[in-house]
Amino acid sequence: MDVLAAPAVIGIARQAQRRFDDARAPLLGVMGAFVFAAQMINFPAGVGTSAHLLGGALLAMTLGAPAATVVMTAIIAIQALVFQDGGVLVMGANILNMAVVGVWAGYLPFRFAGATRWRNAAIFSGGALSVLVSAVCAMAELRLSGLPLKTLAVSAVVFLISAPVEGAITLGVVKALEAIQPGFVRQPEPGRGLHASMLAIGLAAVFLAAVGVLFSSTAPDGIEKLGLVSGTSERVKVLPATPFSGYEASFFASPWVRKASAGLAGLALIYGACLAIGRVAAARKRRA
Amino acid sequence: MQPLIEVRNLRYRYEDGTEALKGVDFRLDPGESVALLGANGSGKTTFAMHLNGLLGAEGGDGRGSVAVCGMPVEKRNLAAIRRKIGMVFQDSDSQLFMPTVLEDVAFGPLNLGLDPEAAAERARTALHRVGMDGAAARAPYHLSAGEKRRVAIAGILAMDPEILVLDEPTTFLDPPARRSLAELLHNLPQAKILVTHDISFARSICTRAVFFQNGAVAATGSIGDVVDQFGWGFTPAKNDSGR
Amino acid sequence: MHRGDPRVKVLNLLVFLVTLATAHRDLLPIAGALGGLLCCAIVWSRLPLTGALGRAAVVLPFSLAFAGVCWIAGDPTRGIHLAVKSYLSALAVLLVVSTTPLPALLGGLEAMGAPRFLLMVAQFLYRYLFVISEEAQHMAKAAQSRGATAAGMMGRSARFRAAAGALAVLFARSYGRAAEIHRAMLARGFQGHIETLAALHFRRADLALVIAGSLGPVALRLAVERFS
Repeated sequence: MDVLAAPAVIGIARQAQRRFDDARAPLLGVMGAFVFAAQMINFPAGVGTSAHLLGGALLAMTLGAPAATVVMTAIIAIQALVFQDGGVLVMGANILNMAVVGVWAGYLPFRFAGATRWRNAAIFSGGALSVLVSAVCAMAELRLSGLPLKTLAVSAVVFLISAPVEGAITLGVVKALEAIQPGFVRQPEPGRGLHASMLAIGLAAVFLAAVGVLFSSTAPDGIEKLGLVSGTSERVKVLPATPFSGYEASFFASPWVRKASAGLAGLALIYGACLAIGRVAAARKRRA
Repeated sequence: MQPLIEVRNLRYRYEDGTEALKGVDFRLDPGESVALLGANGSGKTTFAMHLNGLLGAEGGDGRGSVAVCGMPVEKRNLAAIRRKIGMVFQDSDSQLFMPTVLEDVAFGPLNLGLDPEAAAERARTALHRVGMDGAAARAPYHLSAGEKRRVAIAGILAMDPEILVLDEPTTFLDPPARRSLAELLHNLPQAKILVTHDISFARSICTRAVFFQNGAVAATGSIGDVVDQFGWGFTPAKNDSGR
Repeated sequence: MHRGDPRVKVLNLLVFLVTLATAHRDLLPIAGALGGLLCCAIVWSRLPLTGALGRAAVVLPFSLAFAGVCWIAGDPTRGIHLAVKSYLSALAVLLVVSTTPLPALLGGLEAMGAPRFLLMVAQFLYRYLFVISEEAQHMAKAAQSRGATAAGMMGRSARFRAAAGALAVLFARSYGRAAEIHRAMLARGFQGHIETLAALHFRRADLALVIAGSLGPVALRLAVERFS
């Protein structure tokens, strides 16, 4: 899981590149405190259960996605450091999943369909996707570190329930906000779609890669059969042992590692693409 | 003698078009203490926010004029004006936004360009002035309402202003805290403007009152006169049984 | 420890966490040794030991559940490893956070390369966390006293809309508070850059702290791995 720290650092560095005005810090901090406090307000979510707002999508739709990323990162950091809730060792992964991927997954439906007839659906799917996509990424990361699919299935059920709940809560709060003061919720500009489109494509690619990583080992395919037959799998046992010493040997003996490294390489490429996009966008903003 | 504040025919409209101020004239001389009275929404806080340029600094015709220590309130003078006028807001929690008391009181001096050591020194002196020396390292969240108010005042005093503007300073204060606040204000030499509903508090500090009504000044005069004129004093009606 | 340079403490924490997180062979004896080191540090810092051990247990419900799942799936060691690592890391963080006031901690993090804007946001978040939580609590209590939790009183969708409305009000008040804070900053001469008071000083005592805190965990782990 320490391998995950690297992409998280990239994520944080991307935020640092967006030169935020010092004057916005109090607003973002206060809205972060709002999200914390909002956990105290319970929403009825079905038979005898209650749920609360997670916040990534709502923040993105009111403060904009970059600001929402910063706020969610601060929330995750304070939660882990001050309240010891959420685990310091996985903080990097949490930031990546929830603050970066989750926020953008929550924002993009709104960005594209927020000004159309489908606004309510866009807001709902924003909330739902922010949970779903970050959950899939989290599970993919766990899968990469060797956890069997069966154990992940349990948490998958939890996420499948909380995703639409978050969507419903997000929609409910946005509607209520508009009743108080329409200015709170952003109006997505229809033009200048290039940046957002590329991000949407990048995000979809990340999502597909993560899903691929999750399910890639359930069905043995031709390569694996070939490997078993010709004894390649025996040789595979030796090769990766050196750079990744310390991990259980059994993990690397499985043919799964070949697919996983392909998946990892794909993810890395996409992170690189997102990083490049982020730099271009920041440079454009500075010139504007 | 040049007035500290001179306001002529000040007008202001909210974004939705309602007129908040309809031609207000006002004058503050050195050493004076004035109370701004009036119902909620009568324009007194809106007026106060024009004095340090939080509102109205963009200028424009027909808006009237506000001058502080001879300087018109416009963008180029804002830094200097905010050095002369210190404003204490109603909600102390929104005013004490730094993690520790000392850092908060030092916020103003640091913005004035002092280096950290000089700013810290100014902050400590100001805290001493308001009687909160021991609180320097504490977090504002843990202070009582009265203590927060004092620290907020210290934060203003640290900038060495000539005018203090206080918006509802006695909110949330219990009687002992009110009394010590009154004593503190009494001992500060700066000219003061008090926006308040607390008549007895105003009486103990201010010599003059200005009564706002619907965005205009309805009367000025001594506090007693103004209060009587508008029935602003509180005398519960007796019921028939005479109890 | 309480007065130690926060940069040193953050560095020590990072070294500790990396040492712990990358340990796989002989995890249990290493964890024991590192845990012992932490307990010594806790006692030396005059923090209540049992209190600290209890506070760190906040992570346990989640990691023990995970461990249970791993055990069912046939890989109990992974579960135990995870539970042990998460507990010790929480304890280490608790030690640092309890001996460092938050502004100093953020200053230490900034010196280690964390982005300044993010740290400022975290600082404001922490400052207003309890203020806004209290407001939320008041709202929840007021709703409760009007029968919001009595499932029979209002239909589910009505309660949902009431909760959404409450959140929207809390949002609006928080946003309004942020505007008040901005006004207060302007009134005290804010020009665009938030200045800081504190300058960090590195003292000789900090040198000892660095050596003990950074070399200690690494030495312990190497020793256990060598002699097991």
